Amino acid sequence: MQKPADTNRDNYDSIRGLAYPAGTKPRFDHLLIAEMVAPGSRVLDVGCGDGALLQLLTETKAVDGRGMELSRERVNACVTRGLSVIQGDADRDLADYPDQAFDYAILSLTIQATRYPKTVIENLLRIGRYAIVSFPNFGHWKIRAQLLLTGRMPMTENLPEPWYLSPDGHLCTIKDFIHLVGIADAEVEDAVAFNSSGGRIPIKNAWSLQNLMGEKAVFLLKRRH
Amino acid sequence: MADPAASTTADTITDTAVDLTREAAARLVEVHRPSSEIVHFPETAPLRLDCQQLLGPFSIAYKTYGALNAQKSNAILICHALTGDQYVASAHPVTGKAGWWETLVGPGKPIDTNRFFVICSNILGGCMGSTGPASTNPKTGKAYALDFPVITIGDMVDAQVRLIDHLGIDQLFSVIGGSMGGMQVLEWAARHKDRVATAVPIATAPWHSAQNIAFHEVGRQAVMADPEWREGSYLDKGTRPARGLAVARMAAHITYLSEKALEEKFGRNLQNRTARSFSFDADFKIESYLRHQGSTFVDRFDANSYLYITRAMDYFDLEAENGGRLARAFVGTKTQFCIVSFTSDWLYPTRDSKDIVKALNAVAANVSFVEIESSKGHDAFLLEEQEFFSTIQGFINAAAQKRGLGGGPRAELRPREAQR
Repeated sequence: MQKPADTNRDNYDSIRGLAYPAGTKPRFDHLLIAEMVAPGSRVLDVGCGDGALLQLLTETKAVDGRGMELSRERVNACVTRGLSVIQGDADRDLADYPDQAFDYAILSLTIQATRYPKTVIENLLRIGRYAIVSFPNFGHWKIRAQLLLTGRMPMTENLPEPWYLSPDGHLCTIKDFIHLVGIADAEVEDAVAFNSSGGRIPIKNAWSLQNLMGEKAVFLLKRRH
Repeated sequence: MADPAASTTADTITDTAVDLTREAAARLVEVHRPSSEIVHFPETAPLRLDCQQLLGPFSIAYKTYGALNAQKSNAILICHALTGDQYVASAHPVTGKAGWWETLVGPGKPIDTNRFFVICSNILGGCMGSTGPASTNPKTGKAYALDFPVITIGDMVDAQVRLIDHLGIDQLFSVIGGSMGGMQVLEWAARHKDRVATAVPIATAPWHSAQNIAFHEVGRQAVMADPEWREGSYLDKGTRPARGLAVARMAAHITYLSEKALEEKFGRNLQNRTARSFSFDADFKIESYLRHQGSTFVDRFDANSYLYITRAMDYFDLEAENGGRLARAFVGTKTQFCIVSFTSDWLYPTRDSKDIVKALNAVAANVSFVEIESSKGHDAFLLEEQEFFSTIQGFINAAAQKRGLGGGPRAELRPREAQR
């Protein structure tokens, strides 16, 4: 068994310029996203959960943040934290946001659970000057090996539920995602793949290797024109 | 006890000669000399109404709870709904019933009067001490009746602004209200942006829908069809359109519930009998309940006030007021919004709240929105719904902390999951 990401000191030491509050241990993928966000910017976090990323961005990057979350309990948790979060569905409610209302529109580990990922990505790129998208990489070698050897849908730490219970109807690999970015008329500004033990694997041209070795990836996207 | 009242209700509705009950007489006293505080604005400082008439002199009756701090930064204005009043957290002087939001407002409650200075005023056009159609017209010495100008939600808010000025408060920490109270919250946020730090419109809409206007029209026609209404001059003629107003209330009350709530609370159950009576008595529990609602209402409410206030709601359209674009109402706002709707509310459904959210997003406003799961219909906002309360408390505490008012006791979050 590999160590969970948040106990790996190397991962956290590799995050530069982020003074998160002492005694807190933000999620590693949240820190990678925070690294990509410019201080003082306007941020929309779609599928913001209990607001941990929004709070991290507010505290470390002084962003003006907003969130959208499907679960009422989690929206309530966010409101209690003093965050501005609306109850909504990425598939349905993103269309209501005006163009270029935010500097960054973030979709953190949510795209695989949306019904229309392409439309969601297009909306993110319309609403934000940049879109930041993180997702579990279905091309990781462990997943490939499981499918190859057992002939059944893989289950991992990142994909803990059997296929019939999982909300993740649209899983993809890093290569699949890069393909979608092209179709959505966007380009990759920055990207990093990472796994729970070895820290980050910068994605620079050698997509095939990252597609094999990264358990998750974070992409910073921009519209091409 | 609703049950014994049912028979008296039937009598009240079927009797043609209706005597003033003790409660109704007590209410008439409240019109002129309310049990609450009251502020009088002289003829020299009239209110310019949306209909372009000047109203003056006029009075606003109000209650306050808690203490205003030295910086005057802890004031919360509560806006009441159609048939509400200023007695938000204290006993009603006529009925003796607990304040209409006493579960939400009070010492140690989600809106904590130990920390906040809570103001609640009877709306302009009301009948609990603020100037309305039952008040005396200084020009004639008689009740205004239909000489009272048709007012709007905006006029109600402008009258509240006078009260807030009178209390020496520049900026309200929060303006909170449900239903028609929520419409006032939206008007406050739209017309007086700098004076509202946070706004909580609950179970409301940016405009009154055709369906809602239709229900109101049924209610008004019921009042006007009552011969005792006397073209509005019943106070002078010593009559009382109790039957018409009771029917209006009965019809309205159905819209405040949900089909599921009716089914759960009443079903097809019979009232105090084991078999159908083969008459038009209140055989069913639901009939008895509605008759009771109707008869108790006429004791505490003025029929003409009901006409004027429902009209003000019908006229409410924040989008039309802002050149056909709702977002324009909120351009430049720094107010922090928390919008709440309820799943089973078909009078002010969630999509109406979402229209407000959409408009606020369009101007990059600070907005939170929660749809609360409830089977109670529109009435849910007046009932003790734990999730609703924790939303309000969480929002208020976080906003208070941001403004240096202290976070207060940690919001007690008891989501339904945790109770299982």
